Amino acid sequence: MTGAIQFSSVSHTYRPARGKPVLALDGVSLEVKDREFVALLGPSGCGKSTLLYLLGGFIPVEGGSITVDGKPVAGPGPDRGIVFQNFALFPWKTVRQNILYGLQKQRVPKPERERRTKELIELVHLEGFEDSYPAQLSGGMKQRVAIARTLAVEPGILLMDEPFGALDAQTRALMHEELLAIMRRSPKTTVFVTHDVREAVYLADRVAVMSARPGRIKEIVDTKFPGGATPEELLQTREFADKVDHLWKLVRDEAIRAQAGH
Amino acid sequence: MVWRAFIRALPLILLAGLWEILPRSGIINPEQLPPASAVAIAWWNLLIGGDLVTNGISSLINVSAGLGLGIVVGVLAGVLMAWYPKVDAAVSPLMKSLYPMPKSALVPVMILWFGLGAGSKIASIFMGCLLPVVLSSYNGARGCEQTLIWSAMGLGASRRRVLWEVVFPAALPEILAGVRNALAISFILLVTSEFLVGQRGLGYLISFLGDGGVYDAMFAAVLTVAAIGFLADRAYLVFMRRTLQWRE
Repeated sequence: MTGAIQFSSVSHTYRPARGKPVLALDGVSLEVKDREFVALLGPSGCGKSTLLYLLGGFIPVEGGSITVDGKPVAGPGPDRGIVFQNFALFPWKTVRQNILYGLQKQRVPKPERERRTKELIELVHLEGFEDSYPAQLSGGMKQRVAIARTLAVEPGILLMDEPFGALDAQTRALMHEELLAIMRRSPKTTVFVTHDVREAVYLADRVAVMSARPGRIKEIVDTKFPGGATPEELLQTREFADKVDHLWKLVRDEAIRAQAGH
Repeated sequence: MVWRAFIRALPLILLAGLWEILPRSGIINPEQLPPASAVAIAWWNLLIGGDLVTNGISSLINVSAGLGLGIVVGVLAGVLMAWYPKVDAAVSPLMKSLYPMPKSALVPVMILWFGLGAGSKIASIFMGCLLPVVLSSYNGARGCEQTLIWSAMGLGASRRRVLWEVVFPAALPEILAGVRNALAISFILLVTSEFLVGQRGLGYLISFLGDGGVYDAMFAAVLTVAAIGFLADRAYLVFMRRTLQWRE
């Protein structure tokens, strides 16, 4: 399964029930290659999540176009799996039932369904919690269930909307390792929304910095580091620090502008 | 544990003691409040005489039918109103105009339309139960998180599937709370409607015994209705806790 994404001059106007319409995205163009990991980095309110929801097909594209493998996005689909910051697990379903849901929707035969669910529970290290409800799990565990539920239907593209934003720093660091391990096993095209500069540099192949509202792509920075280094080593390197520093300056300017705009 | 149970039961024991002593000693007119022992004997006689059972069954059938209908129609209306703006636009004026009306005022209208038998009672209970269920279902369904809906759609669920597989269970805690209100209202309307007309039911039994001046038996019937209402609520709470055990 492939998943090359093309955003071409995407614009979007947010229309609140009361008050004036706001231009949220203004002519965003970005290409994400198959199996590439791109982070969207920007101040809050810059429209980076909106861009992700448009790609997910959850809100209709108004201006410009978004295509996946050349076909325009028209509604949600299992080719694009999404993970939200608030986990969005079905609270009335157990861990197993949450993971099974997408497989049932895709009419995967039962033995295959059971086998894949078991594999995914192992993949995200939740053995022994199969029959727990989300309310009984920690934040990190909930997000691992959400990732497993999304991976279950084997999407070619993974959309992540500040997925680790609600977790504490230690859990977040562990989740970064888990995500990278999953990506090594089965690489996917990934669009990862965050406002955490270090997270973006550490995880992504490229980081697209977005401007304050209306959101535009301000700069795209290559953040792929040569393989072989352990996470601890990588985080200590000069190159890593320089990238973080450079991106931090870009984001800081936009954050200040976003503040002034309010 | 025993001590705590005793403390909890103490006010009831004292009340029962006063209820026995005050009418017996003549401080309260026993015509107005027959002593507890007399009421207990009257209750026993009503039970073996079969009056309590036949009228009780008749009342329970009316409550179950009215409440059951109210729950089914109420949940459907509330959830569909929340999900489809067109249904909302069509149905909500009707609901809003019904909202401020005291439901017992509808009982005579229901008698006019559905006659003196069970129909008017079931219709009255249905009308009273409908609104709390509609409102709680509507609010519960509206409160369903957008990301839950999107997650299901992203996994391949159709919009209609999302409604019953995601929006409905997400609304369930609120729906069940609304049904509990409806349960309490259903007993009020049951007794009210049986007071007014008919030859059957616990409400009828109360008004019949009261008119006949058999006050110890009347008290026994009143207490029976209260006990059934209390037990129904307790049983419902157990059911609700079990259904929502995922909330922890």
